[in-house]
Amino acid sequence: MDELKYNFAYLDEQTKKTIRRAILKGLSIPGYQVPFSSREMPMPYGWGTGGIQVTSSCIKQDDILKVIDQGSDDTTNAVSIRNFFKRVTNVQTTEDTNKATIIQTRHRIPETPLVEKQILIYQVPTPEPFRFLEPSEFETRKIHALKEYGIMHLKLYEDISKNGHISTSYNYPVLVDDNYISAPSPIPKFDNPKMNNNPAIQLFGAGREQRIYAIPPYTKVISLDFEDYPFEATKANALCQLCGATDSYLDEIIIDNAGGRMFVCSDTNYCQNNLLKKIDNP
Amino acid sequence: MYVAVKGGEKAIKNAHDWLSQIRRGNTKISEIRINQLSEQLTLSVDRIISEGSLYDRELAALALKQSRGDLIEAIFLIRAFRTTLPRLATSKPINTSKMICKRRISATFKDIPGGQNLGPTFDYTHRLLDGLKGPKNLVMDTETDRAEDLDMPKILDLLNKEGLIEDQIDTLEEPIDITRSSIQYPTTRAARLQALSRADEGFLLGLAYSTQRGYGGTHAFIGELRIGLVAVNVEIPELEITITVAEIEVTECETINQFTGSKTELAKFTRGYGLVMGQCERKAISMALVDRALRWKELGESYQNVPTQNEEFVISHCDNIQSTGVVEHIKLPHYVDFQSELELVRKIRSQQMKD
Repeated sequence: MDELKYNFAYLDEQTKKTIRRAILKGLSIPGYQVPFSSREMPMPYGWGTGGIQVTSSCIKQDDILKVIDQGSDDTTNAVSIRNFFKRVTNVQTTEDTNKATIIQTRHRIPETPLVEKQILIYQVPTPEPFRFLEPSEFETRKIHALKEYGIMHLKLYEDISKNGHISTSYNYPVLVDDNYISAPSPIPKFDNPKMNNNPAIQLFGAGREQRIYAIPPYTKVISLDFEDYPFEATKANALCQLCGATDSYLDEIIIDNAGGRMFVCSDTNYCQNNLLKKIDNP
Repeated sequence: MYVAVKGGEKAIKNAHDWLSQIRRGNTKISEIRINQLSEQLTLSVDRIISEGSLYDRELAALALKQSRGDLIEAIFLIRAFRTTLPRLATSKPINTSKMICKRRISATFKDIPGGQNLGPTFDYTHRLLDGLKGPKNLVMDTETDRAEDLDMPKILDLLNKEGLIEDQIDTLEEPIDITRSSIQYPTTRAARLQALSRADEGFLLGLAYSTQRGYGGTHAFIGELRIGLVAVNVEIPELEITITVAEIEVTECETINQFTGSKTELAKFTRGYGLVMGQCERKAISMALVDRALRWKELGESYQNVPTQNEEFVISHCDNIQSTGVVEHIKLPHYVDFQSELELVRKIRSQQMKD
């Protein structure tokens, strides 16, 4: 066996079919965590195996794939996953959010608004929003079944009484379609409003925890809050020092040994497009 | 400017090049061959087979070489390959009482029908390094007899004749396949045994040890430990025949545990069970101890709040590919989450300073 041959998109067709069934179930019950039999993938758990399996099951020959990690197409893990799909599917890949039909992401939603016919696939480490309030899966499934959601509000309330405001800054819990509380994966809460009423399909894959969940297009997604402590989509109080954007989530970069810092767009494609526009229309 | 953010592609290529160079090591020393590994590092290969849950010595040896001897990495390579394989048939249950044993011992009875057979064990060696020339190799006639005709009955079955040990009752339920559907809690013993059989040896060893040291108390004896070859049979329904498709080596451990009885049952012995592909004795014993501890509810024992009584804790953390993935994934960039934490800490601090 010199060169082992793999099926298109790595997984065998039977497996893809079972995963697509879980996806369809997820889309039919927005925010509900559908158990699925996650497979071992050639990347480690925690590297995005859930997202990779979902992408693998959805991708077709004519898709154009974009992969981002921390908002960037060029972080090592995004490069590695993109190369994996190039190798096992040979589909076209892109860094341009507008051109992509499938976007697999870790920790961000692109700044460029998504459109119909795009699929955003999130890599999810902990699909259960209640996991750190209740370690047992048996118990958390009961919480969802009975909609005993009080403890989440209690947690947020305790945050406010202790710190003066809600101290969850990423993976901020959302209520999907006025029904299930779901984990948006560790995106910064700045990105939460983008989930609401989004024209694209949003799919969430958690490989190690063997769960898939979904948000269909144009679904109501609200971030939990209180009337007197409304949800705030926060970011660094600065503008991008490369493109000047004021509306994008910013990364802080240490630029010298004295601890000097600069802020730049976390979404590198958005930043680059802004820069190109500036060159075209100085 | 700002090299830290761009250049991932090149960095990965360089890292892979360096890795393949360092895997080869000093080129003046001859390269290790796959069959040398499968013949001479047999117990490493066995562990890769058991935790990778794929019985293929050649591939396991290849994985061992490719992973620079890192067993978890090798197991990972095997798992990732295994997941792509088609399922051609489901074999019939293997029959370990028909095992052709190379080792078979009981710690509960001095002499047993079929005899105690030590086999190739480290148990009574002195752990002294053999000196720089390496271990002495005794070359024996490789044509050793296959102990096929020896009758080696299962020791626990002998005890069962007296009614002193619990019956093994076949529930006749179709067991779930944990690699094809996700485990739901509370789960079944069949699902637990599958998970334990491919679990990390070190994790199971520690858990088993904890049951002996006082976190739980299922006092176990090894009723029987056997290692050897079993036939894998597949039924061909169209032809109404059963054929042997393979012969694999497995390690089986059956423990005898005390049970003082409960409201509904007389005092008798209970069982723990360990079955592992390959020669993995430490793992099979650990598995049997953990299996027995996890059966507390079924046997009506009291909950002592110890890890080995919590099936969700044991089963969700026993797989080393899952564990290593999540533990090590914190090496990946987390700029975005960290940035939001930075904002938060600054905000809290500035508020605290104002107060």
